[in-house]
Amino acid sequence: MAVREMIKLTLGPIAYHWSAERRRDFYARIADEAPIDEVYLGEVICSKRAPFFEADLPATLERLERGGKTVILSSLAEVMLKRERKATADLAELASPEIEINNAAGLYARGDRPHRVGPFMNAYNEAAIAWMASRGATHVCLPGELPAPSIDVAAQAARALGLGVEVQVFGRASLAVSARCYHARAHHRTKDNCQFVCEEDPDGMPLRTSDDRPILRVNGIQTQSESYIDLLPEMGRLIADGVTHLRLMPQAVDMVAVAGLYREALDGRQTVAAAEEGLRALCGNVAFSNGFYHGAAGYRRIANAVPA
Amino acid sequence: MSLAELICPAGTPAALRTAVDAGADAVYCGFQDATNARNFPGLNFTPEELAEAVAYAHAKGAKVLLALNTYPPAGKVDLWRQAADTGARLGVDAFIVADMGVADYIARTHPGIRLHLSVQAAASSPEAIRYYCENFGVKRVVLPRILTIPEIRQIRKEIPCEIETFIFGNHGLMVEGRCSLTNYLTGQSTNMDGVCSPASDVEYARHADGSMSSQLAGFTIDCFGAEEKAGYPTICKGRYTAPHRPKGYYAFEEPISLNLSQLLPELIDAGVHAFKIEGRQRSKSYVRGVVTAFRKAVDDIRAGRPANMADLVALTEGQKQTQGAFETKKWR
Amino acid sequence: MSSTVDTNPRNRTIGGAVVSRLACAAVQPILSRVVRRVAARHPSLFARLGPHQSTDFLIDPIELPFALHLRPDPKALVFRAVPRDAAPKAGAVIRGRFLLLLELMDSEEDGDAAFFSRDLEVAGDTEAVVRLRNALDDVDGSIAEEAAAMFGPPGKAILARLRRAYSET
Repeated sequence: MAVREMIKLTLGPIAYHWSAERRRDFYARIADEAPIDEVYLGEVICSKRAPFFEADLPATLERLERGGKTVILSSLAEVMLKRERKATADLAELASPEIEINNAAGLYARGDRPHRVGPFMNAYNEAAIAWMASRGATHVCLPGELPAPSIDVAAQAARALGLGVEVQVFGRASLAVSARCYHARAHHRTKDNCQFVCEEDPDGMPLRTSDDRPILRVNGIQTQSESYIDLLPEMGRLIADGVTHLRLMPQAVDMVAVAGLYREALDGRQTVAAAEEGLRALCGNVAFSNGFYHGAAGYRRIANAVPA
Repeated sequence: MSLAELICPAGTPAALRTAVDAGADAVYCGFQDATNARNFPGLNFTPEELAEAVAYAHAKGAKVLLALNTYPPAGKVDLWRQAADTGARLGVDAFIVADMGVADYIARTHPGIRLHLSVQAAASSPEAIRYYCENFGVKRVVLPRILTIPEIRQIRKEIPCEIETFIFGNHGLMVEGRCSLTNYLTGQSTNMDGVCSPASDVEYARHADGSMSSQLAGFTIDCFGAEEKAGYPTICKGRYTAPHRPKGYYAFEEPISLNLSQLLPELIDAGVHAFKIEGRQRSKSYVRGVVTAFRKAVDDIRAGRPANMADLVALTEGQKQTQGAFETKKWR
Repeated sequence: MSSTVDTNPRNRTIGGAVVSRLACAAVQPILSRVVRRVAARHPSLFARLGPHQSTDFLIDPIELPFALHLRPDPKALVFRAVPRDAAPKAGAVIRGRFLLLLELMDSEEDGDAAFFSRDLEVAGDTEAVVRLRNALDDVDGSIAEEAAAMFGPPGKAILARLRRAYSET
């Protein structure tokens, strides 16, 4: 269990447009109650949202650090407009805290100074990871669709270079980003005139097929999985393969409790089966999936023959 | 190289010859494996076919660009390296790449061959483009189809390399190289396997009322009424319902193709160096029609004549065309 | 562009079935010669078919009295006319007007465009159809012309007349 206790549980950046108040409350609880080691802050999806909570960032950061969490600031996934370029360049100038870069514009601005590589950076393989490490990367979050055998190879290579290796184990998968805002489109608006309608959907806007089957979630310019990724049963293999950080993505459920279940399963204080049952109870009717990990369709839930 | 080069798709050797004969300045193509983003059944080139294709193109003054524009999953990088080595041996004029590991390998191993940055790398800002230019010696960037012409003009001023933009064909909605929609439903990845809505998972069903539905891996993507034009069974062109759209709507984009034939002079003026026609998965007939039309248009513009552009709407998806993001940012 | 030909097999009459059988018998020798000739001249076609060399394709020219059954297996080629009511269970079905199918075979028309316009219909194994399309598309020149040429000037004249007849409708 000693190895498992060194595994860090992280909280990814909030993907949705939660109100400033909701974010304050959320992070206060995380700071005080959640068995989470590291928290990623910042707007990754839509640059229009940033002004709503930027003012709170220093206080949130301080609050989380007081709670014993390491804080990392995440950069935008899409950088096109002037304000996005500036936000990315400004972030790259920070000496502390650590930053996670999600766009090559950020890599350019950061140069050889240390940084983390985010999940939008497409670190799919050992060659790309070695390149990124040679330019100052200290940590890499692998793409969500990478299957187990590749996670194994990538993690070993990254560890050999001294990098931390992170994999998302909970929450909706990011499936695509676009320049177009699909939340605005659903409400007959354009991105420039969106009136922040995405705030209505704190867990994404559900899309269903014409025969009424849930399929995707829209979050502004981002398209997400309908299902929550759940790699609780796969954590043992992830750790054995060299993964050092397990990422929980904030969903509109009790994330303190979610983190508790993952931590207890990691520490062996709960069986995976019991933790799974707990997770099921917390997440209502949402489907769980682990298809990407098993090299199958992402939405699928593959039964594990050998639970860790 | 001359201004306003025409970069044309070739899914088969016959299509490559067709494109060259129709006036392509360069043709882009790929091998029959996951190393390129059009890894479709029955498409693409064996090394032997590529050797003949290079000879044919070079004899007629056209260039051959090899697409190695997917992302190798860890443990399989050798396939991409071997493809690059083969391409170099066969004398291709440039590699089109997206992955940093692949770009780094080619920059070190085949420094004499041009590197083009694929649209799959999603470099949409001067800083991102400069990153690839300065680190890997990229000579040309293929811009994502999400920028307006004033934005392209601005980027041109701030980067040290040539710009290639799409002018016709599939209208990609998602940021390329960041899309796992296909993998989510089918288990085959656009980035790692080079597929998008793979035919093996597509099923069409005709109903009694004359309508036709398309399914991908059992998920209904769209249902076209008897009189409606059809589109590809891609997830981003599907019809869905949402809480505010109970009747069903094209949540991302309707079946439609990009056609910038009316914007060519403006694009040239904005500093675009090369025009790319999408469609390696399309037939020789498409290649012949589209390349011939754009060859004539570009020649007209170069000669200072008004471009007399043939109507290509019959070849477009859903038989509808758009200028997409290039025309106005309201598209976003 | 839209077709008004009735494609529903159930609407065909018993008399039609007799005509269909007679027509099949009449064209069969021609089909056999054509497909052997094409296979011999374009061997690379089979590589692009990959695993679908053994797939049964039903090519259904909606206005002809019969459909065509193709199994592009180089070791045991099948290309035969079949009455619709006796068609084998096919892995893939390709349906459209006869001249459109001819033009697709020769890459004079774009298959995707014909699909978008709803003039071409496919059912069954979509990958098989895509492979067949890509394999045929890599053949230089006209398969229809080649086939017609096998029958000398009369064959070419028939093809020309056929094309003219369609282009006038």
